[in-house]
Amino acid sequence: MRPASRRYDPRSLLIAAVSTVVFFGVLGWIVVNSPGWPEVQSSFLNGEIFWRSLPKIVRAFWVNVRLFLIAEVLILAFGLVLAVMRSLPGPVLFPVRMLATAYVDVFRALPGVLVIFMLGFGIPGLGIAGVPIDPFFWAIVTLTFLYSAYVSEVYRAGIESVHPSQEAAARSLGLSRFQSLRHVILPQAVRRVIPPLLNDFIGLQKDTVLVSFIGVVEIFRTAQIIQAATFNFTPYLAVALVFIVVTIPLARLTDWLIARDKRQQAAGGVR
Amino acid sequence: MTGPDASNGRDAGVQPIAGPGPDARPAVRVEGLHKSFGKLEVLRGIDLAVGEHEVVCLIGASGSGKSTLLRCVNLLEPIDAGRIYVRDEEISAPGVDVNRIRRGIGIVFQSFNLFPHMSVLDNVTLAPRKVLKVPQGRAEAEATSLLERFGLADKRDEFPDRLSGGQQQRVAIVRALAMQPDLLLLDEVTSALDPELVAEVLELIRELATGGMTMIIATHEMGFAREIASRICFLDAGVILEEGPPAMIFSSPREPRTAQFLQRIIEAGRL
Repeated sequence: MRPASRRYDPRSLLIAAVSTVVFFGVLGWIVVNSPGWPEVQSSFLNGEIFWRSLPKIVRAFWVNVRLFLIAEVLILAFGLVLAVMRSLPGPVLFPVRMLATAYVDVFRALPGVLVIFMLGFGIPGLGIAGVPIDPFFWAIVTLTFLYSAYVSEVYRAGIESVHPSQEAAARSLGLSRFQSLRHVILPQAVRRVIPPLLNDFIGLQKDTVLVSFIGVVEIFRTAQIIQAATFNFTPYLAVALVFIVVTIPLARLTDWLIARDKRQQAAGGVR
Repeated sequence: MTGPDASNGRDAGVQPIAGPGPDARPAVRVEGLHKSFGKLEVLRGIDLAVGEHEVVCLIGASGSGKSTLLRCVNLLEPIDAGRIYVRDEEISAPGVDVNRIRRGIGIVFQSFNLFPHMSVLDNVTLAPRKVLKVPQGRAEAEATSLLERFGLADKRDEFPDRLSGGQQQRVAIVRALAMQPDLLLLDEVTSALDPELVAEVLELIRELATGGMTMIIATHEMGFAREIASRICFLDAGVILEEGPPAMIFSSPREPRTAQFLQRIIEAGRL
C-alpha cells in the first residue's frame, strides 16, 4: 500500500528545493548559452506573434473540439459493438468473431496518418454519387475507425474481467446470453474501464490534429498557415499550450478515477 | 409413466421417501451421467432420481463431483454422456431451449454471486422482469413480500457489499425463489460463511423444505443433512457410492468408504 501523501521533514524539503533550483538553473544556462539560442528564441518564442496568433489558434481549436466530441460518441458505440462481436461464443458465430478480430488487428496495425490519407482522399476521390466529399466528414469517419479498434480492446478487457460466476448466476436464472451481457456483464465491465477509456480519449484529443492532412482547417493547420505567413514557429507554441491546458485536467480526472477505483476495491466495494 | 394420481401432495414434503415408487413421477431423473474436464473425469456414471417434494442431500469429499452434478442438472455444464430428465422431459437432448429449462430450476452458489452493481431489490426482480416479463410494479411487490418473508425487508435497497455473507446468501436464495422454480439446487451454500452466519441460511432452507420445495443440496453440514434430507447420497470419485435414508447412512453405512468419510467428519467435530 502506498501512503496517500508522503510527509517530509523541513530538512528534506530544503534539499528538494535547492536541488530543483540547481537542476533547472543549470539546464536553463545551457540552453540560453547555446550557439543557436538567439535564432531559436526569435523563431519560436516571439511574444508579439504569439499574442497575435493566439485568438485565431483558440478559435480553430473549436474545430478540434467538435471533431473530438462527435468522434468520441461514435467510438464509444462502435467500439462496444466490436467488443461484443469478439466476445460472442459458439462455433456458429466464428465468422462474426473473425471479422471483428481482423478489423481490430488491421486498424491497430496501421499508422493513423495512413488511414486518414487513404479514407480521406481515396474514398471521396472515387467520385461515387452521394458520397460526401467534406473533409470534416471523413475526419470523423477515420478517427472513429481508428480509435474504435483500440477502444474495443479496452471494453473487451473489461468484459473479461467480470468473473464467469456472474454470467453463470445470470444464465441460471433463465436470462439469455444477450440479456446476461446487457444487464449483468456490461454494466460491470464498462464501469471498470472508464479510466483506460479516458486515457484513450486523451490520445484522441491530440490525434485530431492528424486530420489537418486531408484539409480540415483546425488548430494545427491554422498554425501552419500563420507560420507560412510570418516565417515564424511561435504559433506552434500556442498550439502546444492549448493542448496542455485542455489535456492536463483530463489526465488528472483519469488519475483521480483510478485512485477512487483502487480505494473502493480495497474497501471491498467493487467486485 | 405417470399414474392418474401420483399421490405427491404438498404435505408429503418432509416425509422421507426412499425413492420414487413405480408411479411417482420424479422431478428429476439422471441416468448414466458422465462429465470430464479435460482429462479429469469428474462424474463417472451418476444415476439419481429425485421425487417431487423430496430433499436429497449430496455428501462427499471435495472433488467428489457434488457441485458438478448440480451444475449439470442446471445445464450450466455440457455433459459428455447420459441423460437428464426433468418431469419426463429430456433436458439434455440437443436443441432444448436451455433458457426455458433454467427458468424452472433455481441454483444457489457457494459464493452467492449476487450482482454487485444492483440493489437487493433489483437482484431479485431482474429475472422475473426480463425473463418472465412480469411488470416492474408487480415484480417489485412480489420481491418485497419474499424479502419480508425471509427477514430481509430492511435490506431491500442496499447493495450486496453492504450485507453480511449470511444476508447475501439469503438474498441469493430469494433471487432464485423469485422465479418460482419447481426445483432448487443448493451448492454448498453455507461453505463460504462465517460459522455464526450459517444458522440463518440453514433456517431458511428448513422453511423451504417444510413448504414442500424439491431440493438437491450439496453440503458439508452433516447435522443439517441428517435432519432435513429425505435421502442422502454419498458421492465418491464421481459415482454415488451409497444412498439411503439419513438414519441408515449416518448410523450404519454399508460401504467402508462412507464410514471412513463420516469418521473424518466426526473427527473434525462437524457431526
